[in-house]
Amino acid sequence: MDFMNLFVIAVGSILINNFVLARFLGICPYIGVSKKLDSAIGMGFAVIFVMALASLASWLIYVYLLDPATNVWSTPDHPVDLTFLRTITFILVIASLVQLVEMMLQKQMPALYSALGIYLPLITTNCAVLGVAVLNIDEGYNLVESLVNGIAAGIGFTLALILMAGIRERLELADVPKPLQGIPIAFIMAGLMAIAFLGFSGLSVG
Amino acid sequence: MNLGEVFTRGIIKENPVLRLALGLCPSLAVSSSVFNAIGMGVSVLFVLIMSNLLISLVRKGVPAKIRIPIFIVIIATFVTIVEMVMAAYAPGLFKALGIFVPLIVVNCIILGRAEAFASKNGPVASIVDAVGMSAGFTLALVLIAIVREVLGNGTISLPDPSNPVVAMAIQVVPGSFEPILLFMLAPGAFITMGLWLALFNLLDARKAEKKKQETIQASFQRSK
Repeated sequence: MDFMNLFVIAVGSILINNFVLARFLGICPYIGVSKKLDSAIGMGFAVIFVMALASLASWLIYVYLLDPATNVWSTPDHPVDLTFLRTITFILVIASLVQLVEMMLQKQMPALYSALGIYLPLITTNCAVLGVAVLNIDEGYNLVESLVNGIAAGIGFTLALILMAGIRERLELADVPKPLQGIPIAFIMAGLMAIAFLGFSGLSVG
Repeated sequence: MNLGEVFTRGIIKENPVLRLALGLCPSLAVSSSVFNAIGMGVSVLFVLIMSNLLISLVRKGVPAKIRIPIFIVIIATFVTIVEMVMAAYAPGLFKALGIFVPLIVVNCIILGRAEAFASKNGPVASIVDAVGMSAGFTLALVLIAIVREVLGNGTISLPDPSNPVVAMAIQVVPGSFEPILLFMLAPGAFITMGLWLALFNLLDARKAEKKKQETIQASFQRSK
């Protein structure tokens, strides 16, 4: 039963409510880094990694430090409600997490760092990462569900990004009217992809 | 640069959404109704004015190395204020904008203006810059929302004059017109955005062409 639930969350975040094409999160890197397939793949994996870590870290912080029902400061008689600090703590946690991951990769895994390094600073301002952290809390997920949702959201982002990069590489050769060249045609392509992804909303899992 | 130019620059020439392609996520996500678009615009206006003002006041005391985290904390503080005020006084709008209210923190326009303008200019110029940029942002949102709402729902929803936190939908197309639901959904947002960007590109190219013609003509007359 439990596994089924995780599967539903994963399919939901990858296909049905794809972060880019249905929830409009992470549009800037989606348009900005989708010109080449290699960089799309690099960016995609960096985002999956950071989203998984951010989901874990933000969930732990919310439950143990902010939420009045469960945090360490509260006693049954004196609940301490710090939920108003959610936005500030999450963005700071994500920013420092990205910095930490960057430093660790640089030291421990230089090969991976040289592949993902340049994408990491861009991820701090990727609204999909903060978005997944906030959504995990809004949906009331537990720790494992949050982690699965974080990874699935990253995979959904990567899927949309790689598909887009594949199309845009071919689009280079196409005869596009001048005012539509570049970003405008990318948006119209994204619209067509979103129509295709609308088909997944018929998938009723669970 | 004079203040008038600082103000108007954000609206057309450097429109953050339609010319610089910044702040794209909220402009796609909340543009399914004109009312939501205006609500988002006002929220960004408040956050941008306050953060630009504060950052410009403290700019000389902020060490260059840790300026970005400091800017983010300042911005997040004002976003939290917006969140709490909106949840208390405009719960309907708060629900409609959903996750995009806390996500104002990562709106690249705000951090972008902090870094590019407020950290280098005085408080008055920074406020003018904030107002101009938010006006440009709101304009772009409303342009996208008008197309989507009219085609997708046949209405334009504006703030109700007697109670401005509630939407009042005005039917603008005859009832016999079957609304194109696609424009209310995600694909319509992407396609409308693409067409508006293309239109602005076209206008820009026309203007550049005209300017080129004029300079050619001017140099021709001078040589005569």
